[in-house]
Amino acid sequence: MMDCVEETNHDPLSVQPPSTPSSGDQKIDKKKPNENVSLADNSLLVDISDALSEKEKVKFTVHTKTTLPEFQKSEFIVVRQHEEFVWLHDRYEENEEYAGYIIPPAPPRPDFDASREKLQRLGEGEGALTREEFLKMKEELEDEYLATFKKTVAMHEVFLQRLAAHPVFRNDSHLRVFLEYEQDLCAKPRGKMDLIGGLMRSMTTTTDEIYFGATVRDVNDFFEQETAFLQEYYSHLKEAVAKVDRMTTKHKEVADAHIKLSSCITQLATREQPSTERFLTRAAETFDKCRKIEGRMASDQDLKLADTLRYYMRDAHAAKAVLVRRLRCLAAYEAANRNLEKARAKNKDVHAAEQAQAEACAKFEQLSARAREELIDFRTRRVAAFRKSLIDLAELEIKHARTQQELFRKSLQVLKECQ
Amino acid sequence: MSDGPDTPPFSTVDINNDSRDDEDLFASAVQDVNLDPDVNGAREGFEKATLGDLPSITTTLSSPIMEEIATERANNIIINVTEPQKIGEGMSSYVAYRVLTKTNMPIFNKHEFAVLRRFSDFLGLHEKLTEKYLRSGRIIPPAPEKSIVGTTKLKMTSTPSTESANGNASGSVQSQFVERRRAALERFLNRVAQHPVLCIDPDFREFLESDTELPKATSTSALSGAGVLRLFNKVGETVNKITYRMDESDPWFEERVCRVEALESCLRRLHGACEALALERRELSARAHEVARATAALSGADPHAPLSRALSHTADLHEKIEHLRLEQSNTDFFVLTEHIKDYLGLIGAIKDVFHERVKVFQNWQHAQMQLTKRRENKAKAELANRPEKIEQAANEIIEWESKVERGQQEFDTISRVIKKELERWEEVRVEELRAAVLRHLDEHMKHQAQAIRYWDAFLPEARAIK
Repeated sequence: MMDCVEETNHDPLSVQPPSTPSSGDQKIDKKKPNENVSLADNSLLVDISDALSEKEKVKFTVHTKTTLPEFQKSEFIVVRQHEEFVWLHDRYEENEEYAGYIIPPAPPRPDFDASREKLQRLGEGEGALTREEFLKMKEELEDEYLATFKKTVAMHEVFLQRLAAHPVFRNDSHLRVFLEYEQDLCAKPRGKMDLIGGLMRSMTTTTDEIYFGATVRDVNDFFEQETAFLQEYYSHLKEAVAKVDRMTTKHKEVADAHIKLSSCITQLATREQPSTERFLTRAAETFDKCRKIEGRMASDQDLKLADTLRYYMRDAHAAKAVLVRRLRCLAAYEAANRNLEKARAKNKDVHAAEQAQAEACAKFEQLSARAREELIDFRTRRVAAFRKSLIDLAELEIKHARTQQELFRKSLQVLKECQ
Repeated sequence: MSDGPDTPPFSTVDINNDSRDDEDLFASAVQDVNLDPDVNGAREGFEKATLGDLPSITTTLSSPIMEEIATERANNIIINVTEPQKIGEGMSSYVAYRVLTKTNMPIFNKHEFAVLRRFSDFLGLHEKLTEKYLRSGRIIPPAPEKSIVGTTKLKMTSTPSTESANGNASGSVQSQFVERRRAALERFLNRVAQHPVLCIDPDFREFLESDTELPKATSTSALSGAGVLRLFNKVGETVNKITYRMDESDPWFEERVCRVEALESCLRRLHGACEALALERRELSARAHEVARATAALSGADPHAPLSRALSHTADLHEKIEHLRLEQSNTDFFVLTEHIKDYLGLIGAIKDVFHERVKVFQNWQHAQMQLTKRRENKAKAELANRPEKIEQAANEIIEWESKVERGQQEFDTISRVIKKELERWEEVRVEELRAAVLRHLDEHMKHQAQAIRYWDAFLPEARAIK
């Protein structure tokens, strides 16, 4: 899944920076279809061909190409907002048929507040910086904003692609509506009430988790182990994500510190003799280039390490949700058992109870089998993704270190000659 | 002050008196005449030698005047300050440094010798040099500042930190403090040693050579009576600096004073930027450590054996990166930041010299004024026709005339010496700045090479998953 992320934002610096983030609309053109979906099947291809950032919302242009007969046309385009993605995710989560599946986690809400806030602070502190420094800082921030934006788009795309590539999820009617229906879906941007509703829902999930964990005795070792593993793994992932994030933020700041350094050296250069001036100007240039490399290093770390960890953190959460659903199902099954016993004791409605019990049993068995497959699949998927991004990370780090080494080597040569 | 005939009109006089044989006399004279090239050559030699080999004489020819003295011997002296060790316990304890000198200058008895000196000895040396040479316009390399907090902390730690300060001992903050101070002291001594005049000062030689303990320099202690007195003097001088404005007659000085001021503000900003960078990197190192810890925990929880192994390698890798970042930060700090800080100190010394010149000028003007007054007195007495007063006034006029002359001479001398000193300083400064930047880049290049090695070693581990 990281492929497309890599493709789109691997190199934010090479992209023409857009106008000021806060100053209204924004458009990105994206490369067309992604290959990793086509590997499996070409019958339903989804990508986000374009995205537009307005003040409070981001509009994604969802482009679909299909050969499936369920769709009316073979190619169509709709405009969707983040809330509609969440709506789609919730539909999947609600559907009992999918209880045994790990539902692809909903993409995170577009969050540009950090960038905007930074930009604002930069504007306030303008007086303390020279014009050149200010421009560089601004450029740096715009790149950061652009990278975040692209990442957000990629996350949304990945969500849809996972659904579209899934043998079961792709046939869901809600997905069809989402992809095809040209009007707005009735998923209004969340108001306060909705937010509280969402909070309540997540709270019930958590309490369910604890409640069932405590009351329902699991009969299956596999699931017991899996639960313990996911609980622990999730918390470790969360911790690791936080730490890596902290590191990349700091790395970014290290890169930014080069701006000041190079501008101070340039300033010093203007006061020196011509030969020294040349020397210092070159040195300042080196530091400026060094800043760009450090900045790329930081964003690649973010992409390869932090984002992989983050994605699997959310995936692990989704896997946990499957386990909770299973426990809930188990509880229903046990309740059906008790009902049956009661009915037998009273010798009343035995047949209905028996039927209910059998149904619950079948449902539970089916769910368990499905969940088991999904969890094993989750493990292999995770290992493959980690492998890929660790290799990518190492390769990128080597590449950057090489570039930087080369930069230093060249400028040392130039500086030594510069008498 | 105004009638202080004890200051030598030429600062080099006492040095020449002190020299032992003809050759020395000649050497110092040559050094005094051809300041810049001589020093340059020495600098070169020093640069080379610090890279590992023993003193070797190398002279460079970069200006026509140099060719004349290219055959002359350079000031070949290298001083290493090593092995800081704590002596004693509690508040009366102190850190002693081993001062190792390697030289081929004939004024020293041996080619190589070492002595044990404590911090206050360095300050004492600085004090003595300042007393002797500041009046004549020499730029005295600044000694590192006293840090009461740092020293007290050091005194309070019970473990005697005899091991090398750059080792990662338990009290890393302390050892860092000692290491910084050690490096600063080394730079101070080498700067003095590279100076053609200060280098052959008897006190400096005694400091380097004498096996006996130097008399304790009480006046350098921050809390002593002399310290307080010095503080008062300083306050007085500052007031003087602020209130007295000299009408500059020499455009050279006017320009230089402005330039030094401008340079100072530039360097101050640069120092801030460097320090910030070093600090950010230090924090980055700490965060890499956190990542290493978190990854290690993650690898512990991972049931997939190859992935778990790879993750634990990632954790190891980040621990290595943590150290690498720390080294990078140290490079930023020790190579660049400290260097710039040194320059700020030197600029302070230059300002002192400028101020000294202003003071000499003041004396001269004062003498001039007195002379005019006496002449007026004489004229008045002549008018009143009082012979005994006329005679007294005439005597006074003669006395003041000579004082004016001396004042003027002194002023001319100090102006000349300062010019020379500044020229020399400019050259050395540019060269040192160059060297510092080059070294900084070079070290960072090595760090990157190290990073490549780390990641290269990691790559097969990542590939080995599954």
